[in-house]
Amino acid sequence: MKILVLTSLLALPALFAMPAMAADTINAAGATFPAPLYQLWFGEYKMAHSDVRINYQAVGSGAGVRQLIAGTVDFAASDIPLTDEQTKDLKGKTFHFPMTMGAVVLTYNIPQLTGNLKLTPGAIAGMYLGTIKNWDDPAIKTANPGMKLPSKAIEIVHRSDASGTSFVFTDYLAKVSLEWKSKVGAAAAVSWPTGLSGPQNAGVAGLVKQTPYSVGYVELTYAIQNKMAFADVQNAAGKFVTASFKGVSEAAANSKQMPDDFKVSITNAPGAASYPISTFTWILIPGEIKDAAKKKAITGFLEWALTTGQKDAEGLQYAQVPKAVVAKEQKQIALIK
Amino acid sequence: MATSVATAQARSTPKHRFGADEVACGITLLFALAIFAITLLMAIQLWRNSAPTRAKFGFSFLTSSLWNPVTDQFGAAPYIYGTVLTSVLALLIAVPLGVGAAIYLSELAVPKISNALTFLVELLAAVPSVIYGLLAIFTLVPLMRDYLGPAIQKVLGATPLFSGHLYGVGYLTAGMILAIMTLPYIISVSREALMAVPREQREAALALGATKWESTKDAVLPFARLGIIGSIFLALARALGETMAVTMVIGNQPAIHASLFAPGYSIAAVIASEFAEADKLHRSALIELGLVLFVLTMVVNGSAQLMIKLTTKKGSAKA
Amino acid sequence: MSLRNARRNTINNVMLTLCGLCAFLTVSTLFLILGYLVYNGGKSVNWAFFTRLPLPPGQDGGGLANAIAGSAMIVGMAAAIGLPVGFLAGVYLAEFGGKTISFWIRYTADLLNGIPSIVIGILAWGLIVVSMHRFSAIAGSIALSLMLIPITARSTEHFLLEVPRAMREGALALGATRWRTLATVIVPAARKGIMTGMILGVARISGETAPLLFTALNNQFWSNGPMDQTASLPVMIYTLALSPYDDWHRQAWAAGLVLLGLVLLATITARMIVSRGASLPR
Repeated sequence: MKILVLTSLLALPALFAMPAMAADTINAAGATFPAPLYQLWFGEYKMAHSDVRINYQAVGSGAGVRQLIAGTVDFAASDIPLTDEQTKDLKGKTFHFPMTMGAVVLTYNIPQLTGNLKLTPGAIAGMYLGTIKNWDDPAIKTANPGMKLPSKAIEIVHRSDASGTSFVFTDYLAKVSLEWKSKVGAAAAVSWPTGLSGPQNAGVAGLVKQTPYSVGYVELTYAIQNKMAFADVQNAAGKFVTASFKGVSEAAANSKQMPDDFKVSITNAPGAASYPISTFTWILIPGEIKDAAKKKAITGFLEWALTTGQKDAEGLQYAQVPKAVVAKEQKQIALIK
Repeated sequence: MATSVATAQARSTPKHRFGADEVACGITLLFALAIFAITLLMAIQLWRNSAPTRAKFGFSFLTSSLWNPVTDQFGAAPYIYGTVLTSVLALLIAVPLGVGAAIYLSELAVPKISNALTFLVELLAAVPSVIYGLLAIFTLVPLMRDYLGPAIQKVLGATPLFSGHLYGVGYLTAGMILAIMTLPYIISVSREALMAVPREQREAALALGATKWESTKDAVLPFARLGIIGSIFLALARALGETMAVTMVIGNQPAIHASLFAPGYSIAAVIASEFAEADKLHRSALIELGLVLFVLTMVVNGSAQLMIKLTTKKGSAKA
Repeated sequence: MSLRNARRNTINNVMLTLCGLCAFLTVSTLFLILGYLVYNGGKSVNWAFFTRLPLPPGQDGGGLANAIAGSAMIVGMAAAIGLPVGFLAGVYLAEFGGKTISFWIRYTADLLNGIPSIVIGILAWGLIVVSMHRFSAIAGSIALSLMLIPITARSTEHFLLEVPRAMREGALALGATRWRTLATVIVPAARKGIMTGMILGVARISGETAPLLFTALNNQFWSNGPMDQTASLPVMIYTLALSPYDDWHRQAWAAGLVLLGLVLLATITARMIVSRGASLPR
């Protein structure tokens, strides 16, 4: 008797934890790269349309795509377009919608260093390959005359999970360093020659923040929000560019034309003001959404995000998608069955 | 007359009462077998879902150090190494401390204090793993990087075990937090094993002129030895499977390093980190790692249970 | 006193002092842990923590209301599943068990107890998440209940066996059947211990993180029920602690304090119910 009472008491929280929301929850998962902007969007959209709840889990691009393939989420977000194998696994067509653009920065933690560190592509590749071991290595020193670089070992930090941000970073490294291209390659998860790892963008930022003399690659917003220093990177034209949404827009503008399937890489773009480690980031939508209510909610959100939502981007240092591309995307949204 | 009463009684002998007992027995047996079923199911699941990597790599899975999801190369060696190393480190720290504390609690302390302190120690066992991890990140890691590590390196820095860069995270840090987590088990079980040794042993030694320490060392410890070793195995089983606290402070680097200050990885930590995004061969590899861990903890735990039962029940077990 | 005796006495004093030191170190570790957590958590706990939902990264002031409710729901469901099963299994072991079956079930229960929680998470994932094609609170609850069952079974058995034979035989002598004896005499007599075992079991699973990592996953909002992904305190602590945001760290400490407070409260209550002397099964 007592036990019956007890167990029913225990199950009571189950009832109160289910608010009487007839809200249609749309489950999504994916990249941490655009998460600050996406979470802002989902919150704003919910305030305007209270019947649409989009629950987004920033678990990393790889995990997000996994969940899309497994059918456990309604859509995914990724900074890396689907690979051929993943496309095969996803039965049916999947649309890539670029929602915004952002920059991957090298954030570092060197105590008592003032000013912006400047890094050449060779220096970055060398650090991550493990061939450049100390902060006062000549490869770094020559680009930073006048800076008192300590003779401490560089602590490399990278992602422990399958990450679109990792892909963008390694894609850039493969373009600027033949050694990186042949030894490691570009992918969401590679066999890193050295370094500590943390989960998601937040994990990398957290590790760098806590570990003196470390360097890691994160999306620009994470460095800014945590008041962490990040390096100016030398672009293909030889100029050192500080990361910002302007540099990202430049990179997109100077890159090759946007193809119809929206899969494009804009790393190491030409142009004097381009930031070299820039990327689009996509939301992956199944070509066919069976639930009519969900389809309406998702397409409604996409429309809103590509138009009204874009004005939130620059405040978080993400770049707006060019108008021409938006127009192309709106045509594709209509194609979702 | 008598026979009709007898038959009436016989007919009215409540057969349903016998039935009800059977029913109760049957129902409870069903639920008891559920335990069996769960364990069996787990073993089957782990075995079946790791089939792809077992077929592809065979035994070399256990010895290879290459873990590359991109090229579908998977080797468990760094994880097995990290798991075993951190657990061994934990035991090296926790066993002397734990057994010493257990001796104090069973032999020296007044029963009131002994009970109170044991109560407090057992509370340590109730602290969730993630909270140990939380504490370790913000206290142990900076401590190791800024004070403990440099101090150790000043003395032993030349040896390969203690050389290398100080990250703060690493095998040693993970070992230390594991030590704190396994201490309560060692103390609790060792104390019981010691208390189970009959008084006569101690009194005989003391009567022969031994000091308290000598009586403990020569008359009590040998008899509690099996139970103490059981407690060590119990602690080992816990340390091997510990996930959260380890993954927060081990550095998450899948490589084998000689230095204890180097970052590494453990089986449970890599499963926690990579499972959500793994597919096909990668996932199969992670599940095979789970299988390895399953077998490992079963063996260790099984031995522990055996040893503890032998001591605490009998009271004076021979080694 | 001879030199040898003096030496023996010194060794005696040194070793015994060392042992005392070990005990002191262990207990002070507990106090340090609690103290540090209380200090940091106390600074961070506020009304907003209990009532607000998490905010996007970079915005301060969010709370973990959904994680608290989520944990309550997940643990509640796990208890509703695991406690009755464990209880009945324990009854079998204590009252009805044949020698060999009981031995093997006991042995298996102890083995199950020792299996790492992440492996149990893999089992629950394979059984439920994959077949349901979604992450859900119920999957997490089932994972936790799989851990609760052996704990509850063993402790129930332990306390049932402690009931004096005299009570058992008295009831049987009065003509009661075995199950009636069980229901009306033995279980009530052992109820304090059984309840203690149950509280301790629930306290233990409420702190588990690993099984929830790929079953219940997480949720930014209130959970929509057992079939929905659900935030939980342990998973949130893990995520927040590894992040770079100071505000999230603050919330992690607060969550840690709340979680630890509940677990310790339950543990202390449970152990006080059972008088010291009856050692609790591992």
